[in-house]
Amino acid sequence: MNLVIADLVQRFTDPRTGRLATVLDGLELRTGEIGALVLVGPSGGGKSTLLRILAGLDVPTAGSVAFDGVPLPRDEAALRGYRRTMGTVFQAYNLFPHLTAMENLVLPLVHVHGLSRGQAVERVREPLERFQLAAHAHKRPAELSGGQKQRIAILRALVVRPRRLLLDEPTSALDPDMKAEVLEMIGELRAAGTEFILVTHEMAFARRAADEIAFIADGRVAFHGSPAEFFAATADPRVRGFLARTLGT
Amino acid sequence: MPRWLAHTIVVILLIAGISLAFARVGYAWNWAGVWEYRGLLVRGWLTTVGVSLAALAASVLVGALAAVMLRSGRPLLEAAARVYVELIRGTPLLVQLLLGFYVVASAVGLENRYVAGVLVLALFAGAYMAEIFRGGLDAIPRAQIDSARAIGLTPSQTLRLVVLPQAVRLVLPAVAGQLVSLVKDSSLLSVIAISEFTLAAQEVNSFTYSTLESYLPLALGYLALTLPLSALARLLERRFRYETA
Repeated sequence: MNLVIADLVQRFTDPRTGRLATVLDGLELRTGEIGALVLVGPSGGGKSTLLRILAGLDVPTAGSVAFDGVPLPRDEAALRGYRRTMGTVFQAYNLFPHLTAMENLVLPLVHVHGLSRGQAVERVREPLERFQLAAHAHKRPAELSGGQKQRIAILRALVVRPRRLLLDEPTSALDPDMKAEVLEMIGELRAAGTEFILVTHEMAFARRAADEIAFIADGRVAFHGSPAEFFAATADPRVRGFLARTLGT
Repeated sequence: MPRWLAHTIVVILLIAGISLAFARVGYAWNWAGVWEYRGLLVRGWLTTVGVSLAALAASVLVGALAAVMLRSGRPLLEAAARVYVELIRGTPLLVQLLLGFYVVASAVGLENRYVAGVLVLALFAGAYMAEIFRGGLDAIPRAQIDSARAIGLTPSQTLRLVVLPQAVRLVLPAVAGQLVSLVKDSSLLSVIAISEFTLAAQEVNSFTYSTLESYLPLALGYLALTLPLSALARLLERRFRYETA
């Protein structure tokens, strides 16, 4: 994929204070032809807001985003069509609690992508086995561990065969071993050629999986480059401070 | 001690206590008079069942509409629904029935007292339903809507496949509880001369002068309706609890 973002601005009215907050402040990014982009940076810096725009969930106040030269639409009907070509996973509460894992996987295939139930069940069978989730297919989310929930959520995003996955801190709400099992799954998908954009605080994983890293702070891209460049000493004091804090060096 | 045994013991003690009270008062039972009018009581009981069911169905529709208005984000609709809910919940059903039947229904030419009674009862219960439904809809996390949108569901699919199935599970116990109240509240329909169960008991009493023999069946008749509903409410509560955890 190739992602070009120009002068992206996102402002929200705070419902309590009624004041306008600028979350993205003229953000610019121009990636190469890459498979995996990792977004890092301090909380409140605008990473998740950017990912929601990339996922077609929110429309920016101003600016433009284009994947492979195709600009993102701005009207809701076209955005819905766009969302159907993306696989988005949030930090938590992705799955529908009233449905089993299997029903969660089948729902978008049947109701959005027009497969019959039989075709949908057939399509999810192999991925469920590949990621050792077949034994849990009949369970509801309340009966699954946090890691299993997130892996089912990633599968649900994946089985519709999206152009790419958009993952917003998919491991932030998990215990360390569950983090590892989810990251391992993302790593496998990466190795199999799945394109993704990932927001994460897992710096070791970012280093391993990313083609490019963008460091987002104060609503802009403060640094953008290869993992090697990112982890080498960079000039920006915000990146240095962030690395010192997250890597504990 | 198993729960059924505990319940049995409590019920036996209760019956013994009541029997003892009647024995001490030396009440002279006269069931023969009431037995002659049993048809009246049965018809009244059936009317209560019918009126309650009709009012329940209508109150669910009214409550759903008001809940949607309360959450619409449009000031005028929200205000209308809020005024309706607070006005109904803040005034006695007795007053609503009298005003609704003798003023509003007469003014619009609605002469069938059963229809008018069911409508007033439905509007009354609907105000409580509206708050129950609003709470149920509010309890669906924002992330669920986001997930539904991210998958590419349309707003109507989101409502049908994601929001309503969860909201219905959440509100079912409270709705079943509301139905218990509705059955008992329907006794007030006697003030607009609807021959439901309570009015039937009043009539039997005035024919026979056997007050307790007229009103004891009334209590048992309502219990026959409300106990199963309470049991249903508790069952639903247990069944759906784990899903919201």
